[in-house]
Amino acid sequence: MTVRSTIVVLWRYAPIFILLAAWQMASELKFVPDSLLPSFFDVVHRWLEFLADGEIAKSGTFLWDAVRSFFASTVVTNTAASMWRGMVGLGLSIILGVTLGIAMAWFQKLRDFFEPIVMISYPIPKPALIPIFIIWLGLGHISKIAVIFAGCLIPIVISAFNGARGVDRYLIWSARNMGTREGKLLWRVVVPASLPDILSGIRMALAISFILLVSSEMLAAKSGLGFLIFFLGESGEYAGMFAAVLTITLLGFFADRAYLTIMRRILIWREE
Amino acid sequence: MENICAIRNLTKVFFVERTGEYVHALDRIDLDLNRSEFLILLGPSGCGKSTLLFMLSGLDHPTSGEITFTEKSHDNKRLTCTVFQEYALFPWRTVIDNVAFGPEMRRVRKRARYREAERYIELVNLTGFETRFPNELSGGMRQRVALARALANDPEVILFDEPLAALDAQTRRVLQTELVSIWSKTKKTFVYVTHSLEEAVLLGERIVLMSSRPGRVKEIIDIADIPRPRSTTNEREVKVLAMLAEHIAAEVDKSMRREREL
Ligand SMILES: Nc1ncnc2c1ncn2[C@@H]1O[C@H](COP(=O)(O)OP(=O)(O)OP(=O)(O)O)[C@@H](O)[C@H]1O
Ligand SMILES: [Mg+2]
Repeated sequence: MTVRSTIVVLWRYAPIFILLAAWQMASELKFVPDSLLPSFFDVVHRWLEFLADGEIAKSGTFLWDAVRSFFASTVVTNTAASMWRGMVGLGLSIILGVTLGIAMAWFQKLRDFFEPIVMISYPIPKPALIPIFIIWLGLGHISKIAVIFAGCLIPIVISAFNGARGVDRYLIWSARNMGTREGKLLWRVVVPASLPDILSGIRMALAISFILLVSSEMLAAKSGLGFLIFFLGESGEYAGMFAAVLTITLLGFFADRAYLTIMRRILIWREE
Repeated sequence: MENICAIRNLTKVFFVERTGEYVHALDRIDLDLNRSEFLILLGPSGCGKSTLLFMLSGLDHPTSGEITFTEKSHDNKRLTCTVFQEYALFPWRTVIDNVAFGPEMRRVRKRARYREAERYIELVNLTGFETRFPNELSGGMRQRVALARALANDPEVILFDEPLAALDAQTRRVLQTELVSIWSKTKKTFVYVTHSLEEAVLLGERIVLMSSRPGRVKEIIDIADIPRPRSTTNEREVKVLAMLAEHIAAEVDKSMRREREL
């Protein structure tokens, strides 16, 4: 990154720095009591402590111990647990959702069968599924993965379906006219032509996955950022709770940014 | 003259589900295509020109009658390829990958199909634009890509459905000239639908005049003997133009009268 582009980025996010400064000022000047809103610095301090609290059996090599302790820290272990659940759940829903959405667009029989199911599932508020999946699948990873999978599936199915239905018919005619068989037609024409819709559907699913991740972990879990937020809140450890909220916020922000970057790269052909 | 395709007694009736009506689009068409000719299909809007191209391309089937090509199509031989007014380029593929699409479907190796594509890109004067995406090209350039893509399939016949109708007059002129030059270089059979009488006279060897719906072949005018390059101001061309104009006016008149009666 050049100096120039660094300045541009800093300038763009300046309002956030102002907000953080205002938060810190409010605490310093005692506008709000610490029990309601711990100061920003306290939160950061607690966050750094969480990062350094990894307990390991020392091996004696300083650098190696530092790395291992980092990976055993509260922040990293819980973030890893959450990310693992989110990525597996979202990944599975992408694989199945895209396949199902395109298949429904292409095969009348599949559409007739799945359309009512999709339509009835669409309006279910997905957090309502959390207790059910916890009863069925327990407190571990699997129940969260299942909730995220179920919650992300429908928007992805719908976007892939709409994308595949909306493929310019001239593209299909052209491809057929050039001797493209049905299987290849799906793979070489329908899928790439639907990509813009599919990718924005996945972006929506990404946001949903965060909501479901945190709420399912808050309700019942033994690890994860949602669990941390709930657990620290219950114990009255507000600076720690805010540190966990901060972590999930950053995680969500960077996940979305990274996704947007990848999406732009894939859809480079759309730019004029 | 070698006959490469015979259309016999071809009739097409569409059933429109929404209204429950039948649309009689084409009525007992008889037409032969000769190898390497430039055939123009001319007729009032809605007379079934696009429908006829669809039947020729095999994307749709006649209600009755038949289309017989002398050659048989198989995996590595396309009988027809179509150039649409809408370009229909794959927007996610670069120019060269668009042109190489046909060979790719025939499983030609990457090196070989790029070499082939490169040749046709050169033929349509697009060298230097191989890595551009369709979105980055002008309409005229897009249509050149579409033509190169069709040529890369090495079909017996190239079907054109009003390919230049969406372009500005200047670009259209340039592309008309290039089309004629590509046609004479490649010796392909061109079947070319147009609304423009000038275009018909500037490009065609034979002009098939169609009646208003249901489309029938009303007359076939042979103008292969008019020397090229042609111009719409030469004596012969002006005469043919006048004749075409008269025909079209009569057909439009007929269909309007019929509509009023309904
Ligand atoms: N899939 C279809 N279903 C029902 N009717 C159709 C269908 N395709 C074409 N038609 C009808 O058949 C007739 C011929 O249509 P076609 O598109 O071939 O005309 P055209 O000569 O190409 O017209 P234009 O010059 O406007 O492009 C029209 O009346 C049209 O409404
Ligand atoms: Mg048409």
